[in-house]
Amino acid sequence: MDAPQTLTQQTPQEPLAASGATLTGGSLTNPKIDTPGRRTWRRFKKHRLAVAGSIFILILALTAIGADFIAPYEYQEQDLERYREGPSAAHWLGTDSYGRDVLSRLIYGGRVSLSVGLVAVIIAQGIAVVLGSIAGYYGGASDWIVMRLVDVVMAFPWLIMVIMMVSLLGPSVFNAMLAIGILGWTIPTRLVRGQILAIREMDYILAARSVGVKARRTIFRHILPGVMGPLVVSATFMVATAILMEAGLSFLGLGVQPPIASWGNMMFAAMELIILEDMPWLWVPPGVAIALSVLAINFIGDGLRDALDPKGMLGSK
Amino acid sequence: MTKYIIQRILVSIPVFLGITLLVYGLYALSPGDPVVNIVGIDQFTRMSADQREQVRVQYGFDKPWTVRYVRWLGKLLQGDLGYPLKGAKPVALQIRERIPSTLLLMATALLLALIVGVPIGIIMALKQYSALDMVLTVMVFALLSVPSFFVGLGAIYIFSLKLDILPTYGMMTIGAPFSLIDRARHLIMPAAILGLATAGIFARYTRASMLDVMRSEYVTTARAKGLKERVVVVRHVFRNALLPIVTIVAADLPALLAGAIITEQIFQWPGIGMLTVKRTSERDYPVLMGITVLTAIMILFSNLLADILYAAVDPRIRYDKSH
Repeated sequence: MDAPQTLTQQTPQEPLAASGATLTGGSLTNPKIDTPGRRTWRRFKKHRLAVAGSIFILILALTAIGADFIAPYEYQEQDLERYREGPSAAHWLGTDSYGRDVLSRLIYGGRVSLSVGLVAVIIAQGIAVVLGSIAGYYGGASDWIVMRLVDVVMAFPWLIMVIMMVSLLGPSVFNAMLAIGILGWTIPTRLVRGQILAIREMDYILAARSVGVKARRTIFRHILPGVMGPLVVSATFMVATAILMEAGLSFLGLGVQPPIASWGNMMFAAMELIILEDMPWLWVPPGVAIALSVLAINFIGDGLRDALDPKGMLGSK
Repeated sequence: MTKYIIQRILVSIPVFLGITLLVYGLYALSPGDPVVNIVGIDQFTRMSADQREQVRVQYGFDKPWTVRYVRWLGKLLQGDLGYPLKGAKPVALQIRERIPSTLLLMATALLLALIVGVPIGIIMALKQYSALDMVLTVMVFALLSVPSFFVGLGAIYIFSLKLDILPTYGMMTIGAPFSLIDRARHLIMPAAILGLATAGIFARYTRASMLDVMRSEYVTTARAKGLKERVVVVRHVFRNALLPIVTIVAADLPALLAGAIITEQIFQWPGIGMLTVKRTSERDYPVLMGITVLTAIMILFSNLLADILYAAVDPRIRYDKSH
């Protein structure tokens, strides 16, 4: 949120890299060759909100990784003589009902939120790649089974399924990741399957098959790279959804349990009217943190979608 | 059409059985002794093994879960959802009591979402790529990104605690006689919060649908005939762009139900959502199974409704091949 303008200065250089680099250079190692990766990066840079979002998430990720060094206190460290105190020099964002430092909990909470989002999405996308590839590449009975399974799971709202699963497993950080991830595979599975169905019919796949490339190698080397673009976009949006979902779960008391800090369970304190009315430092910072991170990730997803859109790939942009 | 509806309902039956079997099985196989949930942990530790066994037999937990599922299903067909692990009020009654308040909340939220979301989408489409479109796009993104409980708490803070014009939570003023104004004052905040995210979805959909129609050839034809822009938009674009939105409304009902869980919790709105959260933390399986049934029926119904509306709105879609 603090640096939306910084990267826009880089844009003027790019038309140089865009054209004619292969002709002038000659050798394959010429850094000016317009590879798909560079094209994507150039187009991504134009999406200012996406760049701002990336910077924000990068800073957030660094503080989450370095929480042990950055946070002024331990997240569970209690100072029972100074509970529910407003912001001060010792505690920049005040203390909570147990005398814990809010800023430290916010930093550690970011670690929890980001890792739940990330791990849940890796689980979901992993399942999606395997099931989607099988359904899309082999078709027939395996396709039918996978797609009916998708129908049954999709018949239920994601959050309701997650709540049910957490009620079975018991609330914890790990179970929140697991439940969100395991139940989030349906939409990406459909995506992977659809993409593979389209790519499977292309000539280069026929060529690969006719020279005797094995099915597994065909899928991994020739088909999946083509699926990566849309998959990365959907995964990015899904991280945002997963973070929101973890926050919601923890807010309901069904997710991350205190004393472990999570942005969602920090906000739970505000269900008490005294805290809501008189101690905004307890609930506004985690709320703003969730909102900004989700917004930033959604912008990144939007930028990636524009940048990876193959229809615009070959255009002059 | 009738044939198609009957077909769809028949297809829904195995899906319904699949869902309930899955959830029932998961609950049955989850770790923990059900007797603990029935009598409470204190009582449980004081009981002898015989007494525990007695409770187990009394509640039918001595039978394998598949047998219990079939028995549960048989009772369900007679409209009997059994009894909760705690308390004496039958599950079906507990759920039935709470349906009206959740429906009231969802319907109001849906109405607000339509009133706010659709016009925003129309403006965004008509002013595509303008500064206004950009501002609204960012706003819609924000609507979808800010967690509803943060907005909800913020709203309580501003409207109830600082301005003191709306009640903080609940469905009515306790002890006061029923009045429509009192109910509306309690309803407005939760409904608005629940409707906001949905409004964002509607706005995006309306924008896309409008742009799609505005690019079509008959709109170009209408313009070429020399019709005024207003006539083109109202007569030719609106009708074709806005009708499909009814299908989105139907398809969005499940998400609205999920949203109601969090909204009801913030505003202590005594509906299905609050019941779900309360019974989930108590692990009261009979009640949760009842809620599963209700949710499944509602979702299958709204999917069916979306399909039917789709055909009703768009004459090109025919589900019966005989025509």
